[in-house]
Amino acid sequence: MSGQIIATGRSAAGMPTGKLAVWMVIASEIPIFGGILAPYLMHRIGHPDWGQMAASLNVWIGTFNTGLLVTSSLFAMLAHAAAERGDGPLAAARLRLAAYGGLVFLCIKAYEWYAKISHDHVPQTGTFYGYYFSATGLHGIHILAGVAILLAIAAQAEKGKNLQRVELIGIYWHFVDVVWFFLFHIFYIIR
Amino acid sequence: MALHSITAHGMPELQGHHDVHHEEHWFLKYCWSTDHKMIAKQYLVTGLLMALIGGFFAYVFRWQLAFPNQPVPFFGVVTPASYNMMITQHGTIMIFYVAMPVLLAAFGNYLIPLMVGADDMVFPRLNRASYQVFLISSVILIWSFFVPGGGFGGAWTAYPPLSAGSQYNLTPSGSTLWVVAVAVEFVAFLMGGINFIVTAMNARAPGMKFVDVPLAVWMIVIASVMFMMSVGPLIAGSVMLVMDQNFGTHFFDPRTGGDPVLWQHLFWFFGHPEVYVVLLPALGFLAEILPVFSRKKLFGYRTLLYSSIGTACLSFFVWAHHQFISGIDPRMANVFAATTVLISIPIAEIMFVFIATLYRSSIQFTVPMLWALSFVAEFLVGGVTGIFLGASGADIHFHDTYFVLAHFHYTFFPIAIIGSFAGLTYWFPKMFGRHLNEGLGRVHFWITIISFNFIWMPLFFTGIMGDHRRIYSFANFPDLMTPDRILLREISSVATAVMGIAQVLFFANFFWSMYKGRKAEDNPYNANTLEWRCPSPPPHGNFAVMPTVYRSPYEYNHPDREVDFWPQDEPPAGQGELRPEGAH
Repeated sequence: MSGQIIATGRSAAGMPTGKLAVWMVIASEIPIFGGILAPYLMHRIGHPDWGQMAASLNVWIGTFNTGLLVTSSLFAMLAHAAAERGDGPLAAARLRLAAYGGLVFLCIKAYEWYAKISHDHVPQTGTFYGYYFSATGLHGIHILAGVAILLAIAAQAEKGKNLQRVELIGIYWHFVDVVWFFLFHIFYIIR
Repeated sequence: MALHSITAHGMPELQGHHDVHHEEHWFLKYCWSTDHKMIAKQYLVTGLLMALIGGFFAYVFRWQLAFPNQPVPFFGVVTPASYNMMITQHGTIMIFYVAMPVLLAAFGNYLIPLMVGADDMVFPRLNRASYQVFLISSVILIWSFFVPGGGFGGAWTAYPPLSAGSQYNLTPSGSTLWVVAVAVEFVAFLMGGINFIVTAMNARAPGMKFVDVPLAVWMIVIASVMFMMSVGPLIAGSVMLVMDQNFGTHFFDPRTGGDPVLWQHLFWFFGHPEVYVVLLPALGFLAEILPVFSRKKLFGYRTLLYSSIGTACLSFFVWAHHQFISGIDPRMANVFAATTVLISIPIAEIMFVFIATLYRSSIQFTVPMLWALSFVAEFLVGGVTGIFLGASGADIHFHDTYFVLAHFHYTFFPIAIIGSFAGLTYWFPKMFGRHLNEGLGRVHFWITIISFNFIWMPLFFTGIMGDHRRIYSFANFPDLMTPDRILLREISSVATAVMGIAQVLFFANFFWSMYKGRKAEDNPYNANTLEWRCPSPPPHGNFAVMPTVYRSPYEYNHPDREVDFWPQDEPPAGQGELRPEGAH
């Protein structure tokens, strides 16, 4: 149906339609994360006592998770390189590795959440935790969606179909990565 | 890039679509279509139905205000809870479920592909999903009126702590459903907006440069970009509010380090650009209608375009003028007072462009032209009274009085109602292939405009005299029950009822003309833009031959031409009928 649409195939702005749309998605996501991080930073400046709550977060787990996401992004880039050469199966394999990185990230995050909740570090006991859970939860939803899309595109790339989408999911995956850098710094590092 | 070259340029464009669709099942045709024109009509019909609900609420609470505690005809006695619920939902519905779906979604969907010379949106299935998500959000909103405790009644701005705790608002389910409905709608419009922007940027017909794009498309695209950049914080804020309501967090609760004013920042950082999100499409319609019915080139295409972009940028820096008495730093109030007054400069420029277009032209007073001209006149009142409120000193007196309401209804009514009627009456022949009844249209126009002024002009005065906007029954305030105030309120309320009844004329005209109206030609107004170069109504795929664009959209009464219009896709003299794709 949509495959026959002439409009979709045009690129009057000099960029393929799908890629342009992914950048638009990212442009609309930045204010969403900004809407939760900017108020957090403003409040954080006014509440030095939140440093104690921030100290309860485990920097080493956070650092490991950061490394995990960066590695995962690297595989997304390598998948793009493979897709550029037209090697669908290799691109698919690398996309799957990227997706597994995201899954392990989520598992570790779930353990972190569990540890926090079992120590009664819950949103009800401090607004810092409200921000922590909301921001990492929102980010986690993005990771989860990214993993699903990575796997779906890997299944298509395996058969050599829609190889241009490998780059598109890569752009999104890098974005989710960059958001994590911000979260890591303002929740884990700043005390 | 090598990958994309095949998909991007491999399709032969010149033959366009030949409609080979057989008769589809009605459900597929009307409810599951990916055709941008059908999706536009879905948005339009949903928006008009919601307008009836929002309008009925306005009539009910206006009647309560003029005749306190007496049964309202066709409704009954208004309780404080139902009054609060109705003012809240009136605002929510009129902004989010009427102005947005009609001005932005319906017209954006209908006009963008036609005006840029494309056969559909670039992502037709995403487009369909966008409407369906919007429909779900409308259902959630209406459902919220009927849950235990009733619909949310904490005003459409939903300030905490009133909105954050059911011990204050007494609507445990209604308030959460309200936030969810609004947030889901934002997702729908984000999906739609991305589609709009990418379509206008990428799917333009060969030869259509940025300055050849009709301003209606420009305005809808700028509005979509603004929406995209401003709505994020409110989506985040909605998540936080839902968590405060249901999961015991304290983002907006000062007792544990939260801040109720934070919500006001998040809300108005979106809420004020939102005013321009709905204003710009309406201005875009005017930019199409005024040149066509004055048979004159639009005065200052670039001035209008750059002014709109300037307005869009400035509108991100005015939000705190809603919070002058919320306890913000007075030094910050000075800054926001300055930006607020600044933003009237580009808007005034736009108005001058419209007036200069009319100067020494041959005006045809058709129904769409009447609506367009009345927009300029009425919006002016709204704009000028805004200066009073933008000045932080004067605002302390006017804040939360009927003066504020009268001011923003003099902006929003021109935008949402006059703008919609202008667009609908102008593009109706294209949408449905038939003409509206001209005489009925005029009667409807005059009754609506006159009753509008009778509703809101008196309320400027009651506002200055101190009528507070959050009073449910003036009978409880003997100081405010003086005969002059009562008379002004009664004039306003009776005019509301008159305006409501007058809309019967519009709906009768709309549905009668859809089936029985005079058949419309392809280009009944001798207009230049591409939507008038395909059949009325356009088939699936729009154009028999995909158009190529040679000139700007507003070449009326060009000195070199014998006819007074010059369609965008008409090849220059001496040039062949068709140019190959890619020859710019």
